[in-house]
Amino acid sequence: MIQYFLGYLHSNVTPGEAGNFLWVTIYVLLVFAGISVGVMFMNWFERKVMAHMQVRLGPMRVGPVGLLQPVADALKLILKEDLVPSNADKLVFWFAPVCVVMTAFCGFIVVPFGRTHAVTDMNIGVLFMLGVSSLGVLGVIMAGWASNSNYSLMGSLRSGAQMVSYEIAMSMAVVSAVMLTSRATGTGTMSMIGIVQAQQQQHTWFAFSFFPVGLIALAVFAIAMVAETNRAPFDLPEAESELVAGFMTEYSGFRWSLFFLAEYTSMMAVSAIASTLWLGGWLRPFPNLLGGQTWDTAFSLVPGLLFVALGALCFYRLRSMPRIRAMRPEVMGLAGFGAFLAALGLFMLLPAVRVRIQDIFWFSLKIGFFMYLYIWYRTTFPRYRFDQLMKIGWKVLLPISIGVVVLTALIGVRQELLALVWR
Amino acid sequence: MSDDSFYESLEEIAPGHTFLGSNELVLNMGPQHPSTHGVLRVILKLDGEKVNGIECVIGYLHRGIEKLAENRTWIQFGPFVDRLDYTAAVSNSMGYCLAVEKLLGVEIPKRAQYLRVILTELCRLASHQIWLGTHVLDIGAVTPLFYAFRDREDILNVFEKYCGARLTTHAFRIGGCRWDAYEGFAKEILHICDDLGPKIDEYKDLITGNRIWLQRTKNVGYISPEDCLAYGLTGPLLRGSGVNWDLRKAQPYSSYEDFDFDIPLGTAGDTFDRYIIRIEEMRQSIRIIRQAVEGLPEGPIITKVPKVIKPPAGEAYVSIEAPKGELGYFVVSDGTAKPYRVRVRPPSFINLQALEKMAKGSLVADVVAIIGTLDIVLGEVDR
Amino acid sequence: MSDVPQENLPQPAAEQAPKPAAPAAAAPAPAPPKPVAVPWECALVEGLKSVYGPGILEAATYLDQNYLVVDRSVCHEVLSALRQQHRYTMITDLTAVHYPKDPLPFEIVWILYSIPNQARIRVKARFAEGEEVPTATDQWVGTNWMEREVFDMFGVRFAGHPDLRRILLPDEWTGYPLRKDYDVQLQDSIWVKKNLGIESGQ
Repeated sequence: MIQYFLGYLHSNVTPGEAGNFLWVTIYVLLVFAGISVGVMFMNWFERKVMAHMQVRLGPMRVGPVGLLQPVADALKLILKEDLVPSNADKLVFWFAPVCVVMTAFCGFIVVPFGRTHAVTDMNIGVLFMLGVSSLGVLGVIMAGWASNSNYSLMGSLRSGAQMVSYEIAMSMAVVSAVMLTSRATGTGTMSMIGIVQAQQQQHTWFAFSFFPVGLIALAVFAIAMVAETNRAPFDLPEAESELVAGFMTEYSGFRWSLFFLAEYTSMMAVSAIASTLWLGGWLRPFPNLLGGQTWDTAFSLVPGLLFVALGALCFYRLRSMPRIRAMRPEVMGLAGFGAFLAALGLFMLLPAVRVRIQDIFWFSLKIGFFMYLYIWYRTTFPRYRFDQLMKIGWKVLLPISIGVVVLTALIGVRQELLALVWR
Repeated sequence: MSDDSFYESLEEIAPGHTFLGSNELVLNMGPQHPSTHGVLRVILKLDGEKVNGIECVIGYLHRGIEKLAENRTWIQFGPFVDRLDYTAAVSNSMGYCLAVEKLLGVEIPKRAQYLRVILTELCRLASHQIWLGTHVLDIGAVTPLFYAFRDREDILNVFEKYCGARLTTHAFRIGGCRWDAYEGFAKEILHICDDLGPKIDEYKDLITGNRIWLQRTKNVGYISPEDCLAYGLTGPLLRGSGVNWDLRKAQPYSSYEDFDFDIPLGTAGDTFDRYIIRIEEMRQSIRIIRQAVEGLPEGPIITKVPKVIKPPAGEAYVSIEAPKGELGYFVVSDGTAKPYRVRVRPPSFINLQALEKMAKGSLVADVVAIIGTLDIVLGEVDR
Repeated sequence: MSDVPQENLPQPAAEQAPKPAAPAAAAPAPAPPKPVAVPWECALVEGLKSVYGPGILEAATYLDQNYLVVDRSVCHEVLSALRQQHRYTMITDLTAVHYPKDPLPFEIVWILYSIPNQARIRVKARFAEGEEVPTATDQWVGTNWMEREVFDMFGVRFAGHPDLRRILLPDEWTGYPLRKDYDVQLQDSIWVKKNLGIESGQ
């Protein structure tokens, strides 16, 4: 048993590639659990970051610095009354949130958190993810239709139109990144793991290749992904202060939380695509510039030290908590949480662990960076009007992304072109 | 109007027809709605996204203040006027007291006039901050609301120290002010003036240069100067269309002629110009407050008026430049202690009428922006 | 001038002497002299009087505020003349006052402002109960809601108004609250019972 476990740990392929059903199942469950925890953390993170940007504190009561707030919210939503509007199409009404959640989670089959840390590796990985997120549009439209409300239908059609429009720009940007994978080996790949390995071979993250074309491609993708997931500043269909209510209006309680889950999961999925394609996936910063054994070890210490530092921060915050009896649960909660974080950090400092954890850590950090950008946009920008939104998608982002593809191609074959010209 | 050119051409092809032969959608933005700044009901007739017709239903906050005025004495009616425009209570009080003092023919001491100016301009700052926060929130930026309310807290603290109430202040009395400046009044207000300048710059940084904001507000809610006058619009709406008229300069009251300030004027008559005007008005208010505080004369704060105020029979119309526009009081006295008629000329009521003109032909998302730029408060609309 | 009773107008100068300085037993300070209405002489008034003659019942200045009292038959022409010829293009307010004891109980007041002249003018006219007032919406669009409010509160109808219905009170309300015979605590009990489902407290 132990040998089997250890034997697995020494493999160098993902379970899907190895055809190992047991581990595939375990990984699927891990991914599912990880995403759920990630969504809950993201909920807390968003509320705290928005609050601090708005000169206020955010959730503070439920758990230390409000960390248990998402748990409380989830409980509340589960316990709410389950309303189905009269004359609503019951089957479609039930299926719409299922559809969006399924498609959002499906994308994570190919997301690699490390060389072996993915459920599987398809050789059309990126295409698969984009295709699956397109299916999510169906769920949105179904939701609006099934609600039997004029306003919900209009809202869902607008959402759908917006998502479809920006997918094209997204895909063009992805094409330009995929083209870059063929520079070192002469054959490109659409597999997510292959793309990261190409970046490793070429000693550069694709965001910095063909400077500044790579950055423009990343920028186009970053903007299009915000519109794809219906987030600010492109969140007119779901804005509360607008007239036409969004497609989610008639959904309450648990059904709504499924939409919420699907939205954050798709945010993380597109962030994962962006991290993999342009920011080097699971590679640590400066893999070649600061190469060598010592740098590798130094960088692999970062996750553990970070968690230890977070634990220390918790203990430091304990000092400013009131020392009264009524606050004892909070104090103990924060101390316990700090201890947990510190213990986790120390665990991650163990050599056997840190070698495997570091990839996951860097990849999660990159996804977290994009999540922070999402929250930052939401706090800062006003909303685009719908016609302006569509205009940007079709008249601004699409031409730029096509231009990026053409430029990447031209720069990529510049030597052959020059040879042709200078013949 | 480049974004609307698609709809304009449709109007040429098939005037009055709805596109694709679809029915008009009647959408009700009900009395309870996050964006209507109170209990305002707006009925929209939509053709897709385009607004074909718009109708306001008001009266949900009608409290019969003008009727109540006829059943209270002149002095007792003082607190009622705070509840009209409750975001800027002090300016309502100023207008009412000026109207009754005009009927009585009393002269207000200089110190009282300066105190009134200081408090009214602070009130203008507070009202414009609410406007800024809520208007920007409706368009989608959620953060400036919190900054605006944070900065408003300092002003409300001053009101609280001065008269005990933050919102419905009843700060003035007929004849002058009830309380004198408390200890530290000047210092605290100068501190606010110093702080608020950079904070207004913060708002400008966050919003004014933002291209999304520009796209949402430029060419939205246009009204021409002639229409402004025909509708009786006043305040930033009038000045946004280019008509240079501000009661503080045109018919100075309460020593406004002593102060040196500018009137911001717009040219385009759209939402963006009105936004810039109100931000600039905040800066000019800071200027006025500083001059008033530094030049506050000594002296009494209230003239002697009889205990029971019985203005001689007659009528007068006195108006002031409230933050929302021209707030006027038409007071009719029959010589008794109770008013015969008090008519409040509410700027928000009259400005709201122009919503139908400004929003017709625009898109649904712009209606919310236009309601925000009108800066209405339903307490004044409905009285 | 005959149907406008004297007691509701400010006293003309001839009949009024300023109050003497109060004796010590009265108010602590001498009361300021009572303001009086002085006749308003200017080119505008001369021009209007020459056109409408007896239609202009009074042109006076009280407390430095100019006002015209016009006869109800010429009020619309006077308003349009003020707007078109004398450039009073801004409508400030339109309201009404109810004098129940007078033969013409409703006094409609138009307050206009001229930005080129920087002058404000008040035009007043008296109307009988049930009589229709000519609408000013053809001159200033903004009088639409103001006239609706006068109708709502006083019951005065406006001839030619495009959409005369109640504005502040519910459409089915009976009674006109700002009239002097409407008690301050009165409510339309039938409407309250029907729409709110409660017994009106009044």
